[in-house]
Amino acid sequence: MTAPSDTAPERLPDLVSDVASEPEPAPIPVEVTVNGDPRALSVEARRSLADVLNRALGLPGTQVGCELGACGTCTVLVNGEPARACLMLAVQADGTEVETVESLARDGRLNALQKAFSEKYALQCGFCTPGFLMLATALLRKEPDASRERIRESVSANLCRCGGYSQIIDAIESVATAGADATAGDAIPGDAVPRDATPGAEPTTAAEPTPGTDARS
Amino acid sequence: MKPARFAYFQPDSVDEAVACLRENGGEARVLAGGQSLLVLMNRRQIRPTALVDLKRVRGLDYLVRDGEGLRIGALTRHIDIENADDPQIRTAFGVLPESARLIGHLPIRTRGTFGGSIAYADPRAEWCLLAVLLDAEVVVVSEDGSRTVPAKDFFTGAHQSAARWDEIVAEVRFPHPAPNAALVEFGIQQGDLPVVAASAAVDLDARGRIASARIALGGVADRPVRANGAEKAAVGSVPDGRLLDHLAQLASKELDPPADPRTDGHDRKELATVLVARALRASIARGATAGTGATPRTGATPGTSATAGTGRQADHQKAEDR
Repeated sequence: MTAPSDTAPERLPDLVSDVASEPEPAPIPVEVTVNGDPRALSVEARRSLADVLNRALGLPGTQVGCELGACGTCTVLVNGEPARACLMLAVQADGTEVETVESLARDGRLNALQKAFSEKYALQCGFCTPGFLMLATALLRKEPDASRERIRESVSANLCRCGGYSQIIDAIESVATAGADATAGDAIPGDAVPRDATPGAEPTTAAEPTPGTDARS
Repeated sequence: MKPARFAYFQPDSVDEAVACLRENGGEARVLAGGQSLLVLMNRRQIRPTALVDLKRVRGLDYLVRDGEGLRIGALTRHIDIENADDPQIRTAFGVLPESARLIGHLPIRTRGTFGGSIAYADPRAEWCLLAVLLDAEVVVVSEDGSRTVPAKDFFTGAHQSAARWDEIVAEVRFPHPAPNAALVEFGIQQGDLPVVAASAAVDLDARGRIASARIALGGVADRPVRANGAEKAAVGSVPDGRLLDHLAQLASKELDPPADPRTDGHDRKELATVLVARALRASIARGATAGTGATPRTGATPGTSATAGTGRQADHQKAEDR
């Protein structure tokens, strides 16, 4: 995902006209590492992290739903922990490391968790999917063998209104029990049969994460 | 929606923060984790002219044993209390990590703070309830210095406290260990604030009679309340099932919960009766096992707030089934 230049302060159009007449406070400098890239920004203090990811950093994957912290579709990882990007001002993210759904796929290939969501029909409209993916990423990084009950409890943080909880839990559980490293882009069960694979070899075995590809775990 | 515009300050110390607060007058707000404040601002229910962000203030996130008590820094996050691994805290204040699990969901607990919850003074909030149950003291700081307010005087109404506009909640002190304390609650959905929460800390004497009992309720008034009558009636009694039910009814009888758009007062009185009985049983069960050297690190003991969690899970499922 390419983003706008890091050097120019990013200015956003006014979102709410009823305050357009009020004097605009000076933008606040923010240094934040997003998906591994250090970014220097200048943002108005009232911008949420979600809006700045979407609009200033060119990362549209983080969805904005209720903006009240209830639905969880804006869930991102801040310093490795899940957080609501709508209930965090971008200025509060200064000095942190933020990971969004864009960090999951590598070179256009879905990671194990994303693949599992696809295979298990864990999405219909897809609006909630980025939030669930990040929530599950945090869970599986901490508890790679999370039980179904733990997964159930964890996904209760986010709303899916297509009603796909069972499938979402199935998808996360399949990655958890597969023992695959959900955070490594290369560990994709059933994906990309290795070039030197013996004909007839079982392709659904979870690939070993390539050493050094996952700097975070 | 998006918050209205505000001036933004990020002081480096408590001293700078309180100076900044006073400079900006009564329309400034303190930003800690923002998990309640930003909701109100996004809804434009409040439009502070200035935010004093405490994110650069160091040294306010701690859980420290102080003699037999415990001091919690205001910027300690819910998740830090949930994960507190000091065995002494787990033994003497196990109700804190257990109750932390009931607050919001994980992505809220990674941001929300203990002091923020106390300052917000929601009448249903777990931390406010436990502060009242355990006779905690709230330390507030302003440019004039610091003062200590007993929790029972700190909460003065729904989202109202004794903290003045130019004061910041810096610390909460729990003066005495409460190994038997338990908190149970009923909520419509997991992660929501409870409709009613009850907590109890019962100590038995050598003969197995109640030596002292503390009972506190949330969600039944404009602030957390103690059930003084039931507490007094408990002393000297044998804690059998009949007595505990009687005490729960006494506690409930003292209440006059205001109606709200979702439930009328009567509902919450009924809930209070059930929950106080559960909290008393949980506390007594905990007292009975405390002497056996049970390992303090094993999460929630059956019958304590874990029960509440499970109960709420069941309620949550019911809600989904509808």
